[in-house]
Amino acid sequence: MSNEAVESATVSTVAGTVAHLGTPRGGLLRSALRMWRTRIGLLCAGVVILVAIVGPLIAPHDPSEFVAAPYAPRGDGLLFGADHLGQDVLSRFLHGGRSILILSVLSTVLGVGGGVLVGLVSAYARNALDDVLMRSMDVVLAFPQLMLALVAMATVGPKGWLIVLTVGLTTLPRVARVIRGAAVPVVERDFVGASETLAEPRLRILAVDVLPNVTGPLVVETTLRLTYAVGLVASLAFLGFAANPNAADWGLMIQENASALTVQPWGTLLPVIAIAVLTVGTGLIGDGLARASSGIDRGRADG
Amino acid sequence: MTDQTVHTDVVVTDTPRAPARRWRLRGVTGFVVRRLLLGLLTLFVASVAIFAATQALPGDPARARLGKDATPASLAALREQLGLDRPALVQYFDWFTGLLHGDLGISLISGQPILDDVRDRATNSLALVLVAALASIPLSIVLGSYAALHRDRSFDTGSGLVLLALAAMPEFVVGLALVALFATTVLQVLPAVSIIPPGTSPFADPTLLVLPTITLVLAVAPYVARIMRASMVEVLESEYVEMARLKGLPERLVVRRHALPNAIGPTFQVIALNLAYLAGGVIVVESVFGYPGIGVALRDAVLNRDFTTVQAIAMLIALVYVVTNLVADIATILVTPRLRTGLQ
Repeated sequence: MSNEAVESATVSTVAGTVAHLGTPRGGLLRSALRMWRTRIGLLCAGVVILVAIVGPLIAPHDPSEFVAAPYAPRGDGLLFGADHLGQDVLSRFLHGGRSILILSVLSTVLGVGGGVLVGLVSAYARNALDDVLMRSMDVVLAFPQLMLALVAMATVGPKGWLIVLTVGLTTLPRVARVIRGAAVPVVERDFVGASETLAEPRLRILAVDVLPNVTGPLVVETTLRLTYAVGLVASLAFLGFAANPNAADWGLMIQENASALTVQPWGTLLPVIAIAVLTVGTGLIGDGLARASSGIDRGRADG
Repeated sequence: MTDQTVHTDVVVTDTPRAPARRWRLRGVTGFVVRRLLLGLLTLFVASVAIFAATQALPGDPARARLGKDATPASLAALREQLGLDRPALVQYFDWFTGLLHGDLGISLISGQPILDDVRDRATNSLALVLVAALASIPLSIVLGSYAALHRDRSFDTGSGLVLLALAAMPEFVVGLALVALFATTVLQVLPAVSIIPPGTSPFADPTLLVLPTITLVLAVAPYVARIMRASMVEVLESEYVEMARLKGLPERLVVRRHALPNAIGPTFQVIALNLAYLAGGVIVVESVFGYPGIGVALRDAVLNRDFTTVQAIAMLIALVYVVTNLVADIATILVTPRLRTGLQ
C-alpha cells in the first residue's frame, strides 16, 4: 500500500489522459466497462458493498447478543459459530461492513475534494502560492500515512471524525500532486486564456474550464484513494482504533478473533475475505479506469 | 551494473572531458547538499508538528494517564512532575535538544528512559526490514523484467493481476491469509506468532521471521515489479536496444548488458520509496505476528497514551523515512545518466 510508488505510476498516465481533452466523460467509463477486469472489479466491490448495506437487515441475531459459548464451532443454528465473547459471527459480520465503508468513503471525499482544490489552485496560480502549497504537501508526504494517523489517535483517542480527518488529510496531498500535474498543461490552453479575457471569476474558470479536463486522472485517483482508505480504516480498527470498540466492525472482528484462528477460523476469515474482495475489487476498477484513460495498455497505466 | 557503452545516447560528447567531470561533481554535490538541508528541514518541521499535536489537540497527557476521575490536585502534581506546567516553547526546546543528544526522554508509563525500552525493538524491526528488502528487491526486478520480456503473454497478464490484487489488499489481510494458510487452518508448518524473547537475536530462530518477511515482501514487491516492467518495456522499444539486436547480439546479451542497466535506474526511486514505506508498514505487520518491534511499541504506546514514547518513536520512524528518501534521491541521480547530466 505504498502510495508514492503508485503515484509515480499514475502521474505517467496523466500525459496520455490530457491528450484526450475532447473525450466526453461517459467515454471513459464506457471504455473501462468494456474491459473484463473492470466488470469483475465492479462485481467484487458490489457484492461486498451490498453485504455491508443489506447485511444488518438480514442478520439472524443482534450483533451484541450472546448466543453460544465463546468460540463455539459451526452448527446449532449458527452458520459460522460464535466469536470470542459468544456472539454470532455471521450477524457481527453482516453488521460490520457499514462503519468501514462510511468512514473510508467520507475520508476519500475529504481527501479527494481537498486535493482537487489545492491541486487546481496550485496549477492555476503557478506563483509563490503554488510553491508554498506544494512544499507543505511534501512535508505531509514525508511521513507514513499510518504513523500520522496513530499520532493523532494518541492525542484524542479513536473518534470517528478523527479517523476521517486524519485519513482524509493525509490523502489530500497525494491527490493534490496528481491533479496539479494533470491541470498544469490544461491551464496553459487557449480556452482558459479566453475566459480570463472575459474576466470570468477565477474559481469559475477552475470549475468550468479546468476541472472537466482533468476528470480522467481524477476518477482514477479517486478509486485508488478509496482502495487505500478502506485499507487504512480497516488497519486502524485492526490495531485497536475504532470509533466504537464494542461495535461490530470487520477490522475489530479480525483483531478480536485472530488469536483463535485454529479453534474458530470464521470470526477472522469472513471479515478478512470481505476486506480482501472489496479492496481487490476497487483496485481492479481503478486499473480498468486507468487503462481506459491512458488509452494504451503499457503496464504503467496500472493504478 | 553500469556499462558505459549503453549510456552513450545521453552523454554529451562534444564538451571537453575534464571540465565536464568537474562540473558534474559540483552539480551532484550541490544537489546532495540541497537535498540534505531539505531533509533536515523536514525533520525539524516534523518535530514541531509531532510536539504540537500533543499540545494543541484536546487530549492532555496527565489526564490521559490518570483517567477521568483524577482530582485536580493529583493532575496538577503530575503535570508539575512531567514538566507540563512549563510554557510549551520551553518544553519543546528541552525535548528537541534532548533528541539532538540522543536522549529520547522518559516513558510516561514505565518511568524508564525510552531509549532502553526501544533499543531491542528497533534492532528487531531493522532485522525484519532488511531481510524483507533483500528478498523483495531481486525478486521484483526479476519478476518485472520477465513480465516485460514476455509482454502481453499469459505470465505477464497473470502476474500483473496477482500484483494488482496484492497491492490493493491491506497488509494485515495478506498476513492473516498467510497465517491461515501456513500456520493454522490449512497447514501447520510455520509459527503463527513471532515472539522473540527479550535479549535474543531475531535471527536465533529464523522460522519466526519467515511469515512476517513474506508479508512485507508481498506488500512491497508489486510496486517495484510494476515499475520495473514499465521501465523495461520502454527500454526494450528504444533505438539502442534495436541497434544491439540488429548488430546480431544474442537476445540474452541484449537484455543483460543493454536493457537491464538502463531500465533499473527509474526503479531505484521506487525501491527506496518502498523501503521507506517499510518503516511505516512494520506497524501493522508486526502487530499481526506479535513481533516485538518498533511498530508494536508505537501501537502499544498509542493505546496506553504514553505520549513521550509516541513522540520518540514517531521521530525515529520519521528519521528512517527521511534518510531513506534522501539516499533514494541521491542514488537515483547517480545511476541515471540523463538526470546526472541534467544537473550541470
